[in-house]
This record gives sequence, C-alpha cells and structure tokens, in this order.
Amino acid sequence: MNATLTRRLREHIPLLVTALLLVTMFSVGSVSYEGFFSGQVLLNLLIDNAFLLVVAVGMTFVILAGGIDLSVGAVVALSTMVSASLVEHHHWPILAVVPLVLAIGAGAGWVMGWVIHTFEIQPFIVTLAGMFLARGLCYTISVESISITDSSYTTMAQARIPLPGGVFLSPSAVIAVLVVAVAFVLLHHTRWGRNVHALGGSEQSALLMGLPVARTKIGVYAVSGFCSALGGVLLTFYMLSGYGLHAVGLELDAIAAVVIGGTLLTGGTGYVLGTVLGVLVLGLIQTVISFQGTLSSWWTRIVIGALLFVFIVLQRLTALRRRS
Amino acid sequence: MTKHRLFWPAAILAALLLANVAFTPDFFAVRIKDGHLYGSLIDILHFGAPLILVALGMTLVIATGGIDLSVGSTVAIAGALACLYISRSAEPGSTGTVLTAVGLALLVALVLGGVNGFLVSKVGVQPIIATLILMVAGRGVAQLVTDGQIITVTSDPFQLIGGGYWLTVPFAVVLAAVMVLLTALLTRSTALGMLLESVGGNPVASRLVGIRAQRLIALVYVFSAVCAAVAGLMISSNVSAADGNNAGLWIELDAILAVVIGGTSLVGGRFSLGGTVLGALVIQTLATTIYTIGVPPETTLVFKAVVVIVVCLVQSPKFRAKLANRRRSGAGRGSRSESAAPANLEVGR
Repeated sequence: MNATLTRRLREHIPLLVTALLLVTMFSVGSVSYEGFFSGQVLLNLLIDNAFLLVVAVGMTFVILAGGIDLSVGAVVALSTMVSASLVEHHHWPILAVVPLVLAIGAGAGWVMGWVIHTFEIQPFIVTLAGMFLARGLCYTISVESISITDSSYTTMAQARIPLPGGVFLSPSAVIAVLVVAVAFVLLHHTRWGRNVHALGGSEQSALLMGLPVARTKIGVYAVSGFCSALGGVLLTFYMLSGYGLHAVGLELDAIAAVVIGGTLLTGGTGYVLGTVLGVLVLGLIQTVISFQGTLSSWWTRIVIGALLFVFIVLQRLTALRRRS
Repeated sequence: MTKHRLFWPAAILAALLLANVAFTPDFFAVRIKDGHLYGSLIDILHFGAPLILVALGMTLVIATGGIDLSVGSTVAIAGALACLYISRSAEPGSTGTVLTAVGLALLVALVLGGVNGFLVSKVGVQPIIATLILMVAGRGVAQLVTDGQIITVTSDPFQLIGGGYWLTVPFAVVLAAVMVLLTALLTRSTALGMLLESVGGNPVASRLVGIRAQRLIALVYVFSAVCAAVAGLMISSNVSAADGNNAGLWIELDAILAVVIGGTSLVGGRFSLGGTVLGALVIQTLATTIYTIGVPPETTLVFKAVVVIVVCLVQSPKFRAKLANRRRSGAGRGSRSESAAPANLEVGR
C-alpha cells in the first residue's frame, strides 16, 4: 500500500470501527433475538431517533468548528413546551407554531454564538447559561407536563409513509433524513462548510487567511439552535406533550453520537454521515436492551459511556500517531 | 476596597442576605433548641455544605485549567454504595459498618477520580469531554448499584454525617469547614497551590521548569472526586436514602457557578478558596431566597443563568475593554480595537 492510501485509511479508522460496530451489533441481535432481523426494526431506529438525529447534526457543525453546545437538550425541551402551550392554551395553528419555535431556536443559538465570539467567553459556559435559561423558561410556562390533543399534531404523530417491501417511515424520520442531506451539502460542498472546517482546524489561521471567522462561528451556533428547535418539534410529534424535563441529557447523547461518528472533538475533521452512524449505534443499543428485556434501561447510559471512552481514546491514539 | 478579589462575592452575599430580611424580618435570628442551633443562617450553611465541598474540589481542578463535569455522578455513586452496604449489613447501626461504608465510598471515588485524571493527564483528552464520560455513565452505574430503587437506611452513625449535630453545630458544616481549612493549609502554606496555578497558567512551561504537571493534574481530579464522594455521603445521610437518579443532579453546574462567582478564572492559573466558599453560599442563599419569597423553585434556573452570564461578562477582558473604550470615546461611539484581537486568541489548542 502506498503512503497516501494508508494515511487516508488511518484517518477513517474511527468511522470504520463505528460501521463495523453497527454491523456486528445488528448481526448479533439478529442471531440472538427472534424478529430482530427485519427492515422495520432498522427503520424504527430512524423513526424513534429522528429528533436525536436532527440535534446531533446541529452539534456536528458546532464541534467541527471547535466549539461545544450544551444547551441543545434544554432548547429541545423549551420547543416542546412553547409548542404545547401555544397549541393547547392559545389554539394557534400548527403552521404558525412551528416557524415561531424554529425562529426562537435559531435566535437563541445566534445570541449564544454572538456572546461567545464578541466577548471571547468559553463556549461551554455560555451554552451552559443558555441551558439554565431555557430549562428555567420551560418552568415559567408550566411546571406540569402539557399534553397535546390538537388534531394536526396527532395526525403528524400517527402518519405512516409506506415504502416498498411492506415497511414504513414516519414524517419525522423523513424530515430528519432531509436535514442530514442539507447538512451534508452545506458542510462538504459549500464555501461556508469549508470555513467551518478551517475554523475548527485553527481559528488563528482562519483569521489570518481572512476567512469570515465571526460570521462562521456565530452561524454554527445558530444552526445548532435551529436544529435543536426542529428536534424539539419532532419530539413534540413523538411525545405529543410539552414538558420541562423532556430531553434531559440529550446534549450528551448528541455529543456521543458526533464523537462515535468520527468527528474530532478538537474540531476541523468530521463527517455528517458519521453522525448518522453514531445515532444509529446509540439507537441500536437501546433496541438491543429492549429486546433483551432483562437488562435495565440504565445499561444504555453505561454502554454509551463505555463507547465514548473507547472512541475518545481511539481518537487520541490516531491523532498522536499522525503527529509523530 | 473594591479592588480586593473577595469584595464582589462578599457584597453579593451580603445584599442577598439583607434582601431576605425584607421578606422574613427574623431572618438573622439564631436560636438554640434541643441543644442545636436553629435559624435560616444555620440552614444555609447546613444545606450548602455539600455544595461547598464539591465546589472546593472543582476550584483546584479549574485552577489547573480543567473542569470536572462528573462530580454529580460521583455524588450519586458514593451515596448509593454507602447506603447499599449499610442496608445489606447485619448491624446497620454499628459504627464499624458505617466506617466501612464510608471507606468503600471514598475508595471508589479514588478510582473514579483516577480514571478522570488518567484521561486528562496521560491520554490528553480535553477535560470537559474526559469527565463527560463519567457524567453519562455514572448515573447508570448509580442506578445499577441501587437497582433503580431508592435505598433507605436507618443507621444513627450514618445519619450523623449529613443530618447530625456536633457541639450544637450541624456535623456537615464542621466536616466542610475542616476540609476547606485543610485544603487552604495544604495549598497556601506549601508550594502546592503555586504549583497548581503554574500548571494552570502554562502546562508546558511548568513541565520545562521541572514541575510534574501530569501528576499534579491527575491529583486534582482525584481530590475533586473525593470531595464529591463526601458530599454524596452527606446528601444521602441527610435524607437517610440513596437516589441514584436525583442525588447530586446538576450539582456540577452549581459548583462551577460557585467557583466562577468566587472570582476564580475558568481559564485556570489562579484560584481563591475563600471566594469559592462565598460563591457556594451565594448560590445556597439564592435558592433559599427564592423559596421564601414564594417564586416557584424551578425558576431558580433562570436566576442562575442570569448570574452566570453577568459574572462571565464581568470576567471577560474583551467586555471590560469594550466598556472602557466606550467610556473613553464618549457614549454611543463604539470604536472597537479589532487590531488587538489576534493577540487575545487562545494559543495552545
């Protein structure tokens, strides 16, 4: 093998490991449990994790640019809360609620990005404050859970889009796939996407090269905020309720999905499609645990933690070897 | 006087305490009932003791330029383990059982802190991410230990740690005070504090002058985990139960907030233990105030968010520079000094 080929292969080791993991887990599941090996089980991964996928795609942008966004779970919760309250208590139509929620999310992300950039405060502390604020706002709307009975929401929740082969997808899953496609084009085929990569590689170099650092940096947080709000909308379809405790810990799942998907935590290198694989791995862990029945749900958290550990160490090892 | 670094945290605390008098006139009253001290001020100290401990460990971690997000999970695991051991033993009321349980919890904390320290110092993972792993997995482990249940224990010696009194003072307050004093002695009477600040200021330079930076960094994570474990024992002892899901939930955020209010910079290289204690008391007082004035306690989060933002803005050199600029060049005309920007960028990423 020539040198460039081995180098490119090594760069993709984390991604290959993830793909291998996915295939292995699915095969082992299929052998161990009856009814596991079916197209619908695979599509259910997408249906059940549509909101996580959208949020994780937003997180990919931020991490690629060398930042972190801890507010995503809280913004998701706030979106479910705002939607539920407007629809149930004020009888707003869905077509007015969704754009408003998306605007709030994108706006919140924009403001956080602006503070991070303008005052040079560490991203994690600003987004931490955003997390407090969003969760607190949820409770000022209502401490209790608000369930949604509006017909347009229940229709969205129950709609099934039939696919050839007797399987189906939900509208949320289709939206999530569309988000992935748009993010893929944005990140890997536009100038802005290249700026994001450059910013994550080295902010100083990006600045010296004359790239629009401010616009790019604020932009990734706006994208993440938008994706969180959209994730919140999808979660509202899924749960049919708004609650301040929805999506607790979602930020960790999203970060885990991004890392398992091969995106470097230090920024600069990453793949949107890797994030998709990461979300599928997390979803598959949950599926296996529910098929197993005797394993309790907290094993999910332990396994996700263990996977994070392995992938982070793997990232460091490959990064160290590349440098030497 | 406003230049003293403890001035602002102390002023905020004083203002909060005084504001309380407006709502509860006998706020400052401290009585003795059944040989124990009673009163709102004692309550603040009592319920704030775990936060003071967790924030104490966090201060040293932040001094080295790191952060420890896993303390909440460590709190939960330590409480769960101790309660499980005591509830399973034949004599839950004996001092020996309780001491073994405490020893067990501290031992596990040593291991957990060791893992964090190893990841940060040896493997070189960013601290937020390295400790995120335990934050994610730790809650699962705590749930696994308690089997998803809330374990209740009836043991007088164990109850002493968080709910008992010693010479009229809550034992938790004594414990927290002793640990703060010991840490202050260790870091300020020996070179240890200076070495930590040096590592936080510039790890590479510290290594070059012969400081064992890696070992020191690993040490602060172990210390942070031990502090969190003691806090976990206090919390579970106070309610005589271990709740793997809710014990120590969000305490990492409160602890970071306490450290920041106390004037320790998040960039590392400088720390103030006194400031941290004041910061923790500010947070506890804020929570108490919100309770007494009758605002739903859940909205505490909004107040905390505002505090975080204000404190961080005040700490930000960029923000101060802008304010100063605006004052100098007359109100309204913001002549930004963009030329200074590259020099301010973080260098060693």
